[in-house]
Order: sequence, then C-alpha cells, then structure tokens
Amino acid sequence: MDTPIPIHVSLRGVNRVYESKLGRTHALGPIDIDLRRGEFFAVVGPSGCGKSTLLDVIAALAPPSSGEVTFEGQPIGNTVPNGVGVVFQENASFPWLNVADNITFGLRRQPLDKAEIEKRLQYALQLMGLQDFAQAYPSQLSGGMRQRVCIARTLVMQPRLILLDEPFGALDQQTRLLMGDELLRIWRATGATVLLITHALDEAAMLADRVAVMSARPGRILEVIETGWPRERDSQIVSAPEFGQITARLWTLLRAQSMQALAPGSV
Amino acid sequence: MRRTIEANPSLFLVIMLLALWQILFWLVGRNALLPPLETILYLARLLQTARFWGHIAETGTAFIVALAISIVAGLAIGLALGINRMTAEVFEPFLLASNSIPKIALYPIVLLIFGIGMPAKIAFGAIHGVVPVAIFTLAACSNVPPIFFRAAAAMRLTRWDLIRSVLLPAALPDIFSGIRIGFSLTLIGTILGEMFGSQSGLGYLLMTAIGLQNIQVIMSVTLLLVLVAATVNTLLLKQDRRLRQPGG
Repeated sequence: MDTPIPIHVSLRGVNRVYESKLGRTHALGPIDIDLRRGEFFAVVGPSGCGKSTLLDVIAALAPPSSGEVTFEGQPIGNTVPNGVGVVFQENASFPWLNVADNITFGLRRQPLDKAEIEKRLQYALQLMGLQDFAQAYPSQLSGGMRQRVCIARTLVMQPRLILLDEPFGALDQQTRLLMGDELLRIWRATGATVLLITHALDEAAMLADRVAVMSARPGRILEVIETGWPRERDSQIVSAPEFGQITARLWTLLRAQSMQALAPGSV
Repeated sequence: MRRTIEANPSLFLVIMLLALWQILFWLVGRNALLPPLETILYLARLLQTARFWGHIAETGTAFIVALAISIVAGLAIGLALGINRMTAEVFEPFLLASNSIPKIALYPIVLLIFGIGMPAKIAFGAIHGVVPVAIFTLAACSNVPPIFFRAAAAMRLTRWDLIRSVLLPAALPDIFSGIRIGFSLTLIGTILGEMFGSQSGLGYLLMTAIGLQNIQVIMSVTLLLVLVAATVNTLLLKQDRRLRQPGG
C-alpha cells in the first residue's frame, strides 16, 4: 500500500553491536521504521533497551553495525547530517558561556549575518521564556531552564528533524508536563519532524502522533501505536478517555519487557 | 570583631602571622630570628641598593623564563596526551610517578649539562613546574564531561573547533589551577637552583648569608619571597574562583 505521507527518516535492518570489556553486546536491532515528515514520533522502552542507541544511530553519533539509515532520502554518513538537531538528557549547556552565547553557539558557525543571528536568538529566547536570562550563566539557572537553553540552542539551527533523548528525564513531573506543552508548541511552530526517546509512558502517549514500543535488549520495535490526537493539542489531553486507553496499551506491551529487563542476569 | 575578620580574612591572617613571628622571636632570640619590624626596615634599606636589585632581576628573569617554559611545555604535554583518552590513561601514571622524583637529586645532572649560571637555574625551575602543569592539564582534559563532546558533534564542530571552542574552555578552570601550582613549584625550583652552584640571585644571597650568619639578610630575603609568592598566589586564586563560577 502506498502512503501519501513523505518518509523523512528510514531505518532498514539496523543493528548495533558493540564490544566492551564485558564482551559483545547486541544493543539494538534489527530495526525497521519510517518516520513521516512532520510527525511527532515517540519511542518508549524498558531501561537499557537501546532507546538512546537508536537515537545515536539516527543522529550518526554512533554507527550502525549493519543496516541502513536514510535521512531525506540520503544515507547518513558518520557526521550528524545537516538539518538534524539533537537534545540530550544531560545538561549539555556550556557553563563558560552565558545563555545568549550558548544559544547562538552553533549559529555563529553558520554563514549568517549578525542581524539574522540576533533575530533567531530573540525568537528562541521568547519561545523558550528565557528573555530575562539572556545574560545569565547556566550555573545560575534551574535544571529546567538549562534544558530550555539546550532546546533553544538546537532550535535556532532550524532543524528539520529534532531528536530528543529523554530531554525531561531530570525534571520534576509538573515541569515535564509544561515542557511537553512547549515541545508541542515548538513542533507546530517549526513544522519539524520530532523523535522523542522517553521512558515515561504518559509523556509518549500525550505528545506523540505515533508511539513505538521497544523490547528489552536487543531493542526491537514491538508495535507502533497511533494515538490519533489532533495537531492542536496540549497536556490537558491527559484527561481524555483515549489517553488512558493508549497508556494502558503501552503498559501492557511494556510490562513483560520491563520485567525481563529487571530479571537477574540480564545485565 | 568577628565582622571585621569576615570582611577581611587575609588582613587578619597577616596580622596573626606577624604576631606569631614576634612571639617566635621572643622564644628563640636574636641569634636565629629578627623581629618583624626590624626585618621590614632592613628589607626597605636593601631595596634602596642597586646590588640587591641586581639579585632580584637575576632571580626574576630565571623565574619568569622557567615559568614560561613550565606553562608552555606543560600545556603542550598535557593537551597532547589529554586530547586522546587512550594516551591519557597510559601516560597519567607515568607523569604522576615522575612527579614524585625528588628533583633535587637531578640537580647535579642539570649542573653538568648546563654549567653554573642562568641556564641551570631556568632548567631547574622548569623541571619543578612542567610536570604539575602537565598533570593538571591532562586531568582537566579527561574530566571534561563527555556530553560536551556529544553536543559539539551534534552541532557538527570540526576537530580543531572542538578543541578550541569546547575542550579548552571546559578544561580551563582545572588548567588554571595547574598553572597556579606550577607557579609556586617553579619559584621553589628556581630559588633552590640558586642556592647550590650559583653566583647571583636571591637564593645565592640566602646561602651566602647563612654562611656568614647574616640574620638580617636571611630574614629580609625570606620576607620578600614570602610576600611576592603569597600576593601572586592570592591573585591567581581569585582568578581561579572567577573561572569556576562564571557570572558569580
């Protein structure tokens, strides 16, 4: 069956095996998925299932051991493709730069004039609610604010694909919900394709158009669930009856996998 | 009283040290020590003589050149080894071991290589400073959080840009601490180098004064060295703190 929606990212037979002191680890695969252009795609899975490895492979931060990843029809090489932005779980803001310099760090390496850089900076500051903190240093900000800085730093590059690796993992629940709302706003405003890696079922169910559930290691896609949310949505959909159904379905799939991941001898 | 101390801890420390010095003088007597005031006055008198300034210039030159060598060579070694994780792991124990060698044992060799004079002093000063600077620089590079490199890769930085714009600024606070410690050790090395097999400089002056039992000179030179070392170190510490807490 032909799909009318253009494919943005495609993974075919992707595996990742790595060697360490503990021996060979089959971390991921085989994985076959397609991300549609402009969709919000979430990946949930038990801890240690290779979710973050999947993101690394798509971002070209780690090479697949086999299989092929294409972005906009082109096979990705060994550097992060132009048009891809990554937000990490850890605080990746640079402590020696103030917020404005952090946000424009990547921009200043582009052939852009000052006015354009300033324009994008002001837009990102405003979008992320950082207007009053442009001159502050990361050490003066809360964890949530620092993550906003990192998101802003990625956004100003105007990526067509935004990869987020548990970006709200270190934040408290209320902040996570609000950041989720902001992420939805950003997603609509930019029209970018978003891939969100998360361990939080509710986060995936609330934010994504489609949610892929991964198995315990080696991580494979067990099922992809369509949420059917309208494009205009926010965190208030957590009270919709479908939200409960989707979360329940995700948990049913994940429960066995999570127990397997926790079982003795699995690590 | 307490508020005054908190507002000016270093001034308080200086007053305490002067008091201790005076008490120690009362205990051990004039054969071994000079009281603070007399020392300061004698130092002031020495500072009015051209010969004393000649010794200062000699030590100062040797020290500045030795420090420059320590910093440049230490940074080069530390960065060259620290940029690569494997070389860092291989060479760090080696550097730490070489740092534990009592350097005074190498002094005869230094003298044989360079002869008596300025080059030997510089070499001996640099021997003391270069390894700590290298160790701190190497450790500083290894301690940069890996997430910074991942973020840099995600922003498609070239290798050179990565070193210049991420690795160096991220490692700078620790590197600066290494330079601060390198400063103190290079000064020790330079003075030590002047004490044996040298014909000028403050270290030489100290040694001849010991031979002549000239307490006034011993005390004045020591006071001068302590003042310079403590002042510079305080300034470096301030800068160190500033680097660690950008934005205060």
